[in-house]
Amino acid sequence: MKFFSLIPVIVIGGLLLWAGQDFPKWGDVESPASKSPVSSHFIANTGVDTEVPNMVTAVLADYRGFDTMFETVVVFIAGMAVIAILRGSSVGRPRRKDHEVEAEPDLIVTNTVRLIVPVLQIFAFYVLAHGHVSPGGGFQGGVVMGASFILIALSWDLEKAMSRFPIERCLFVAAMGIVLYGGIGLLSMMLGGEFLDYAELDKILPVSREMARYHAMLGVEIGVGFTVASIMFVLYANLASEGRLKQGL
Amino acid sequence: MIGLEIFNTFILLLLVVAAVTSLWVKDLLVSAVVFGVYSFLMCLLWAEMGAVDVAFTEATVGAGISTVVLVATIFHLRRKSND
Repeated sequence: MKFFSLIPVIVIGGLLLWAGQDFPKWGDVESPASKSPVSSHFIANTGVDTEVPNMVTAVLADYRGFDTMFETVVVFIAGMAVIAILRGSSVGRPRRKDHEVEAEPDLIVTNTVRLIVPVLQIFAFYVLAHGHVSPGGGFQGGVVMGASFILIALSWDLEKAMSRFPIERCLFVAAMGIVLYGGIGLLSMMLGGEFLDYAELDKILPVSREMARYHAMLGVEIGVGFTVASIMFVLYANLASEGRLKQGL
Repeated sequence: MIGLEIFNTFILLLLVVAAVTSLWVKDLLVSAVVFGVYSFLMCLLWAEMGAVDVAFTEATVGAGISTVVLVATIFHLRRKSND
């Protein structure tokens, strides 16, 4: 059976390699993607419309803001699904003892983590806040933030991390992230624009229409960061403890 | 430019090796770690092509969090894969 499944893999892989010859060369200015009016429009107008130097962030959070909003909702739903599947799935089943190590948290590990975690969290805020000017943004900053809590859970235990960031608060923060994103969208709608038309926010912010888009992008990135950071920790906490939310690995 | 060609070829070869290895090995923990290696090589390629935002996402999500989540899950399973 394994041999027969190899045949379609090789055939499809060969077809893909054969079709790959038609790809334009990397960085080719004559390729369809470079010549299309869409990309030249973004390249010409992003700096003028939004004053954001990092074009990727501008496209992600402004021009395609609707798309990013529902990406955030997808992350939120993934966390909810993991909780819904795992909660109560291990009731009555004994805890597996294969990998259990009953030991005090290691001195060297915990002290190293004590030094690393503050730096990680400040770096997460930097990545989030500088998403406009340098690579980064809500997703990356949120993941780094969530990773810092996972690091605490790995080096001490899950209780230690959950005493800092309880699951209920995680879910609240995750929901608040989406509310913040949608709220900025609705606010720009109430001020007379369309949903997620950030330029209308210049009526309440003391800045120009371009800078209003700049600052609203920071707002929605913070929303994305909230949701991603807390859902990453929720995912780890549930998967590492089979939904029991105690003891962990 | 020749240096970049050699670098790209080397990374792409390592990518294929990592992909095949992560499917080949019987131990799921090894598979998860090699999968993290795969993500990190992809991250190097993205960075080399100038897609720094994608490289950053790949490094944090692909090589970082998903490896941790996979390892956390494997600790509650049998480590040996049947096929």
